[in-house]
Amino acid sequence: MLRLEGVSHSYGDRVALREVTLDLAEHRIGVIGANGSGKSTLARTLNGLVVPDEGRVTLGEWDTRRHARHIRRRVGFVFSDAANQIIMPTVAEDVEVGLRSLKLGRAETARRVDAYLERYGLADHRDHPAHLLSGGQKQLLALASVLATEPQVLVCDEPTTLLDLRNTRMVHRVLEGLEQQVVLFTHDLDLLPGFDRVLVVDGGRVVFDGPPADAVGHYTELMDAR
Amino acid sequence: MNTVGLYVPGSGPLHRVPAGAKILVLLAVGVALVAFADHRVAVGALAAAISLYPVVGLPLRHAGGVVRSLWPFVLAIALFQTFFGDWQTGLRLAAQLLALVLLANAVTLTTRVREMLDLFERVCRPLSRIGVNSDRVALVLALTVRSIPMVAAAWRAAREGYRARGLSGRPHLLVVPVIVQLLRMAEATGEALVARGIDEDTRGEYGSRTDRVSAD
Repeated sequence: MLRLEGVSHSYGDRVALREVTLDLAEHRIGVIGANGSGKSTLARTLNGLVVPDEGRVTLGEWDTRRHARHIRRRVGFVFSDAANQIIMPTVAEDVEVGLRSLKLGRAETARRVDAYLERYGLADHRDHPAHLLSGGQKQLLALASVLATEPQVLVCDEPTTLLDLRNTRMVHRVLEGLEQQVVLFTHDLDLLPGFDRVLVVDGGRVVFDGPPADAVGHYTELMDAR
Repeated sequence: MNTVGLYVPGSGPLHRVPAGAKILVLLAVGVALVAFADHRVAVGALAAAISLYPVVGLPLRHAGGVVRSLWPFVLAIALFQTFFGDWQTGLRLAAQLLALVLLANAVTLTTRVREMLDLFERVCRPLSRIGVNSDRVALVLALTVRSIPMVAAAWRAAREGYRARGLSGRPHLLVVPVIVQLLRMAEATGEALVARGIDEDTRGEYGSRTDRVSAD
């Protein structure tokens, strides 16, 4: 289970997170908050992309400060702009490159590449240049590349921000169907019904923690008050 | 379509040849063209290089794209050699250059980047004794290939923004926004590499990097 204990982080004088303490145990967790609320920093602490100035983030016995490599293998991360996440020139190569560090052997690597391309409807595009995919396909490729490593937890930082409604729904369906734990940071409140728990972040703190409908209500009131 | 070719899916004879063999043949042809420095040999090689495309199942437009992007340079070299030397040398150099670029392009179009990187890693492996990390170098090469369309996209976006504001005639004004965009892309790609566990050596070194992440 991901656990944050007294996590604080600043960028120079700007405080992004203030003493956040959380246990993230539920299967589907949503995180909402305004721009500049500390959401992305919170997301990045979960797989060690950001090591907090104070406090600690742990997954079981591992701490992101000392065991970032172990944690990154278990906590997959999807960014809002898939184009920046795609590293290799072609679709299949991009899925394959993430598997190299797992040292699975050629046969298992090839099997996983085929399986995940098939699962996310990208098998027909396997040798196509990744930069020529549509926005939705790029996000599917980003998801497939991360999920092929079979992480224990998937953290998504606004994965639908750049997508149209159809592709947003497609990504939503993918996230809904995942067996692993999903922590979704989003501005899209329509994605949250059905989640087990939703956090509202404001000013670097978690100001609400509860069921989706109540969290969305709290967030809306917060925004209306500004 | 990039002027630098990317893999074109196919099952032609050249697709089935291992990357190492293709590179060796390319090297041999290059050496032979220099060794037999004759304009007739060079023109013959150019004709063979063009003929190779349909023979191995590659559309001729791929060869046409290479010629279109190179012709000003090739013409300039040929004219220079003709005026300051003789026409045979001008013709030979132009034909040699085009033939080799067309052949190299055919190798690129029929070889997956992954195969090329595997070959590169194998060739570089002995250098690990002197501290060269062949995996890291191969990754840099892959990112270089990947960055070509990213640079083109950044340039297109900056140019569209420039035109949308009714500006024209001062293309140097595009340089700063393109560089800023490329730096952002590079930073995001670096972050993605770490997030995907590909650049594992950076673990624990992220403090300085995170100071530039937005506080969203």
